[in-house]
Amino acid sequence: MDVPVSYYVVLSGIVFSIGLVGVLIRRNIIIILLSVELMLNATNINFVAFSSYLGNLSGQVFVFFALTVAAAEVAVGLAIIIALYRHSESINIDDFRLLKW
Amino acid sequence: METFVFFYFASIIVVTAGLVVALKNPVYSALALLVMFFHVAGLFVTLHAEFLAIIQILVYAGAILVLYLFVVMLLNLKREEHFHSQLIVGLFLGCVLFAEAVLLVLKGETTLGNNLAASAAPIELTRGNTESIGELLYSTYLFPFEVASLILLVAMVGAVILTKKGILEVKS
Repeated sequence: MDVPVSYYVVLSGIVFSIGLVGVLIRRNIIIILLSVELMLNATNINFVAFSSYLGNLSGQVFVFFALTVAAAEVAVGLAIIIALYRHSESINIDDFRLLKW
Repeated sequence: METFVFFYFASIIVVTAGLVVALKNPVYSALALLVMFFHVAGLFVTLHAEFLAIIQILVYAGAILVLYLFVVMLLNLKREEHFHSQLIVGLFLGCVLFAEAVLLVLKGETTLGNNLAASAAPIELTRGNTESIGELLYSTYLFPFEVASLILLVAMVGAVILTKKGILEVKS
């Protein structure tokens, strides 16, 4: 393989950091969930890169499971967003401080 | 050639990931994420993970993103203030985390490479990618596979329960 595996690790590090910054600085809950998707994709890139580098297919199977969990997370997360919107007509993260003290 | 293809995919992935976070309109963010998913799928193809590339497009671009767009359409959003007040702290934290990751990779590269090369016993892929993954999934990873189906069932039930009327409304 021509491209060294560290390139893939750095790429996934960049994407993961962007996702983390997105979670921290955005106020729209939908964008926060999209940023979580970015982080999941960063780990998937890592899994597939190492799987290909080692010639072991287990990494790809784990990407499959990560995809399943991502789908479940999106379904529940969007359901929570809809319930919150019904509750207070807003999806701004600053409006929900029920559990803060 | 392979390096060029990698850098093309990597640059598009990084740019669109930045756009997802930076754009104001959630619809545009979702579309940027769509472009990113396609390029991640392309990266998977160059890594000889063709099955995952197709699954990535089908599940992420076809199902998850459509779900996001449906919710954006349902919610009838107003324009709101762009960033959180902790913008500087968030950016700083992200940069620190990334620098840390790069440092770890640079520092551990030699030993990492040696260990990997020592432990790697490359499996000859005589069959197709899909066939090999299927066999692994239904033999070694059979139990996690069943647990995954259970997770999907729980998520489905949870989504239905949460979106029912009268769960979060204030009782008056």
